[in-house]
Amino acid sequence: MNAVEIAAAVQRGTRSAVSVVDEHLAVISQREGDVHAFNLVLADQARSAAAAIDARIAAGQQVGPLAGVPLAVKDNMCTRGIPTTCSSKILEGWKPPYTATAVERLVAAGAIPIGKTNLDEFAMGSSTENSAFGPTRNPRDLSRVPGGSSGGSAAAVAAGFAPVSIGSDTGGSIRQPASLCGVVGVKPTYGLVSRYGLIAFASSLDQIGPFTTTVHDSALLLEVMGGHDHRDSTSLPSAMPPMTAVLGHGVQGLRVGRITNLPDGADPDVVARIDAAFLALEKEGAVLVDVEIPSFSFALTSYYLIAPAEASSNLARYDGVRYGLRVDDVDTAQMNASTRSAGFGAEVKRRIMLGTYALSAGYYDAYYGKALKVRRLMADDFAKAYQQADVLLTPASPSVAFPFGSKTADPLSMYLCDLYTIPSNLCGHPGMSVPFGTGADGLPVGVQILAPALGESEMFRTAAVLEASMA
Amino acid sequence: MTDTAIDTTNFINGYELVVGLEVHAELATKTKVFCSCPNMFGDEPNTNVCPVCLGLPGSLPVLNHQVVELAIRLGLALNCSVHSSVFHRKNYFYPDMPKDYQVTQYDQPIDREGYLDLPSGKRIGIERAHLEEDTGKSTHIGGGGGRIHGSEYSMVDYNRAGIPLLEIVGKPDIRTSEEAKQYMAELQEILIATGVSDAKMEEGSMRCDANVSVHKFGTEFGTRCEIKNLNSLRSLGKAIEYEARRQIILIEDGERIRQETRHWSDVDSRTHTLRVKENADDYRYFLEPDLVPIVPGDVWIDAVRQALPVLPAARRHKVADAIRSTITDETVIVLVQRGWDALLFDCIAAGADPQRAATHLQHNVPPDGPTPTPATLTALTKLEAEGKITATQAKTLMADIVAAGGDADPAALAKARGFEAMASDALEGTVDAAIAAQPDAWAKYVAGEEKAMGALVGAIMKTTKGQADGKAVTALLQQRRSTAQ
Repeated sequence: MNAVEIAAAVQRGTRSAVSVVDEHLAVISQREGDVHAFNLVLADQARSAAAAIDARIAAGQQVGPLAGVPLAVKDNMCTRGIPTTCSSKILEGWKPPYTATAVERLVAAGAIPIGKTNLDEFAMGSSTENSAFGPTRNPRDLSRVPGGSSGGSAAAVAAGFAPVSIGSDTGGSIRQPASLCGVVGVKPTYGLVSRYGLIAFASSLDQIGPFTTTVHDSALLLEVMGGHDHRDSTSLPSAMPPMTAVLGHGVQGLRVGRITNLPDGADPDVVARIDAAFLALEKEGAVLVDVEIPSFSFALTSYYLIAPAEASSNLARYDGVRYGLRVDDVDTAQMNASTRSAGFGAEVKRRIMLGTYALSAGYYDAYYGKALKVRRLMADDFAKAYQQADVLLTPASPSVAFPFGSKTADPLSMYLCDLYTIPSNLCGHPGMSVPFGTGADGLPVGVQILAPALGESEMFRTAAVLEASMA
Repeated sequence: MTDTAIDTTNFINGYELVVGLEVHAELATKTKVFCSCPNMFGDEPNTNVCPVCLGLPGSLPVLNHQVVELAIRLGLALNCSVHSSVFHRKNYFYPDMPKDYQVTQYDQPIDREGYLDLPSGKRIGIERAHLEEDTGKSTHIGGGGGRIHGSEYSMVDYNRAGIPLLEIVGKPDIRTSEEAKQYMAELQEILIATGVSDAKMEEGSMRCDANVSVHKFGTEFGTRCEIKNLNSLRSLGKAIEYEARRQIILIEDGERIRQETRHWSDVDSRTHTLRVKENADDYRYFLEPDLVPIVPGDVWIDAVRQALPVLPAARRHKVADAIRSTITDETVIVLVQRGWDALLFDCIAAGADPQRAATHLQHNVPPDGPTPTPATLTALTKLEAEGKITATQAKTLMADIVAAGGDADPAALAKARGFEAMASDALEGTVDAAIAAQPDAWAKYVAGEEKAMGALVGAIMKTTKGQADGKAVTALLQQRRSTAQ
C-alpha cells in the first residue's frame, strides 16, 4: 500500500495504524539484515506513536493526511532525543535536543518515524559505501549499491520497510538513489522545504525531499513538509506551487526540452529509456523542443569546488569540544586534530581538504571565485532554456545500480554519478527521478525531470504522465 | 590643529605616535543576533543558550531585526553612509567559538566612511562599523595568568556566544594617548545616548584594541602592533604610552618593529607578545550561505534618522551656552552623560541660578537615585540666592530631597532642620570671639599668612555647627584684618 492508501484506510478505520507499523516492522525484520537501510529502527517509538493515532481516531478526533504512514528519515536530520549520526563516527551517540522542521511537519500530519536511514558519511558520496556503519545494499540486487548519499532512504522504500522516506539532495543525493532503487525521488526548489534541523553538508545546495513509490505520495509529502519556516532564513516566503491538485492535468501542450549538448557519459540502456520517455510524453500531447545549456559541462567542476568549500566550514564544528567523539591530546588544537582524524572517513577528509584549499587566500579567485561565476552563468543558461521549454528531461543517473567497490578506488568516477543532477542544485531548481522501466540486467532506470524554480506543478504533471504510461 | 603648521607638541623624541582604535560594542538588544536567547550579562553560565547559539548540527541563524536597526542608528550617529550588506563566515578553530567560524561582515559592512568629532574639535575618521556575533567566554584554570597557554583546563560560557556586536573601526587619526581616551569616551557617550549599547568597559560590553605605531616626522607610518586586553580608559592610555616608548627604544637601538599582537598587562603595566603576525591570517572568508542580504531601504534609514536623539556633543554645547559661566567642562560632560540636561533647562526656565543648579546636580545628586523635580531644585537654589541658607546647608537639604524621592518643599525641610542662616550681627560676635580665643592665629593672619585663616574659620564653624555662611565668615575676617592693619 502507498501512503495515500494507508492514510485513507487508517482514517476510515479499516486499518489500524498499529497494524500498519507492525506489518512494516515485520518486513524490516525479514530483510533489514541483508539490506542494512537503517542506522536505527525505532520499533517501540513507532508502535506507541501508532497507538496514539489509533486512540485519536477511536475518540473521533481529527488526524492528518499522513495518519499512520510509516516514515524512514535520513540520519542527517535531527530527531529530538534520538541519535542522529550522519553515518559518521564523529557524531556517534549524539542526541539532538530538537527535531528538524520537515520531520516535525510530517509527524504533525500523522506520519510515524520508523527508523533513521543510512547514508554516505555527511551525505558525501553516491553509493552509501562511505557510511561509517557499513554500506546499504540495493534491494533490487543485493550485490549492487543503492546509490547515495540517501541510499538508506531509497532502499527502505524499495524494500517495503516504509511506504515513504525523506532524504537530502545536495548534488543528486535523492534523485540518483531513487533511480538506482526504482522509486520516485524529488529534490524541490531550494527554499521550498526548511533546512532547519538538516545537518548541513553544503548549505547553499542542500534540500530535503521525499522518496515514495508513487508520484502522488511525493507530491503529498512535499505539500505537508514544505512551505515557509521562520527558522530558516533561506526558506521561501512565497506560497508553494500546487502539486497534488495538478497531477491529473496531463501534458497536453507542455513543452518538454531535450538538452542538445548534454555531456556524454550515460550508458546506452539508460539513454534508450530516456528516449522512450520523450516519446511517451509526445504521445500524450507534449511538444518536444531542443534547448542548449552551454555551461552544462562545467557543472561538475563548479560543484566540486562550491560544495566542499561550504562543507569545510560546516564541518569545522566537529572539533571534540562539546559533543560527539573526543580524542584527548596534549592541547586543544591537537585534541581538535586527533578527534577529526579519528572521527571522519576518507571521503569527508578529502572534501574538507578540497574546500579548505579552494577558499584559501591566493586560490580563492582561481577556484571558489571562478566556480561562483560558473554558477551564475549556468543560472543564466537555464533561464534562457526555460523560455523555450517548461520542463527538461535527462537521465537521473548515467547508469543503473553498479556493483560494490566498482567506483571506490577512483573518486572521480564516483563524482560522475552526479553529472546530470548537479545543475539543479547549483541553480536552486527542482528536479525529480521517476522510475521508467529497466535497463541492463533488468535494473531500474529513472528519468530525471527538471523544471525552473517553483516549477513543481509542471514537473509533477510530467511525472504523473510518465508513471501512468508505465502502468 | 592647523594645516599649515605642524604641531610638534605631541612628538616624543621627534617621533610621531599613530593610533587607530577598533572598538567592539555589544548591542543592547533584547535577544541575541541569530536566535531568541536573552542578551543578558551576568546570568548563570550556559543558561541563555539554544541549538542556534550553541552551533548544534542542523541549526540555522535568523537575523534579529533590532540588530540592524541599532547598526543603522550608530552608523547615522557616526556620520556614516548606511549600505546594503551581507554576512561572511570567518573560519578559524577556537574552543569558545561554537561553530568554529564567526559570522561577521567582511567586504560589505553596513556602515561605511564616517567620523567622530572629539570635544576638542579634532575629527577622527571612522572607516566602517560592521555587525558580527560574539564568541563564548573562556576561563582558563591553572597555569599562569589566566591565559590558555599553560593552563590545566578551560571552561567556556556560551551565554555570550551570539551576542550582537558592532565593530567600529576608526582611522589612524589619533596622535596622543589623551586623544585615544577622548575618542573612547565620546564613542561611549554616543553609544549610550543612542541606546545602541550600554557600553560598560568593566563588563566587557565595550572593548577596545589599539593599533599603535611610531614614525619620525616626514617618514611613512611605522609597523604597527595591535594591543589587546584594554579594559579601561586608564589601561588604554597607559598601554599606548608604554607601547610608543617600547617601539621608539627599539628603533633607536637600530631594531625593526615586528608586526604582532600584544597583550596589555595591568599587573606589570607592560605589553607582552601574544602572537607574531608573520603572514596574514587566512580566515577563508566566504559568503554565509545560511543568511540572506540585509537591504535596509531608504524609508527605514530615514525613519531611524528622524528618531535619532540629539547627540551628546550638541547637548553639551547647549548646556555650556545656557550656563555661560565658569562652570567646568567636567560638569557639562557629567550632566549630559547622566541625561540631566533637560532637567537643568527646566530649572533655568523656572528661574533657578544655572550654576547653582548644575553644581547641585553634579555633586549632590547620586547618579542612580531619584532626581529632584525642577520646581524643587529651583526653590532650593532660590533659598541659597536669597541668603536664607548656606551652601553647606543646601547640600544637606539636597540629600533630604533625594531621600524624599525628589519632590519636596526645601523651605519646609530647612525649617525642620532648624536651618536659618545666622543673622549678620550674631555672626560678627562669633567671629570676634574666635579672634579673641586664638590670638596667635590672628597675629599670623594679620601678618599676611593666609593659611592661618583656616584655624579661625574652623573654630567659627565649630561654634555655629556649620550653619555660618562660609563666604560671609571670610568677608568678615578680611574686613577685620584690613581694620587691624
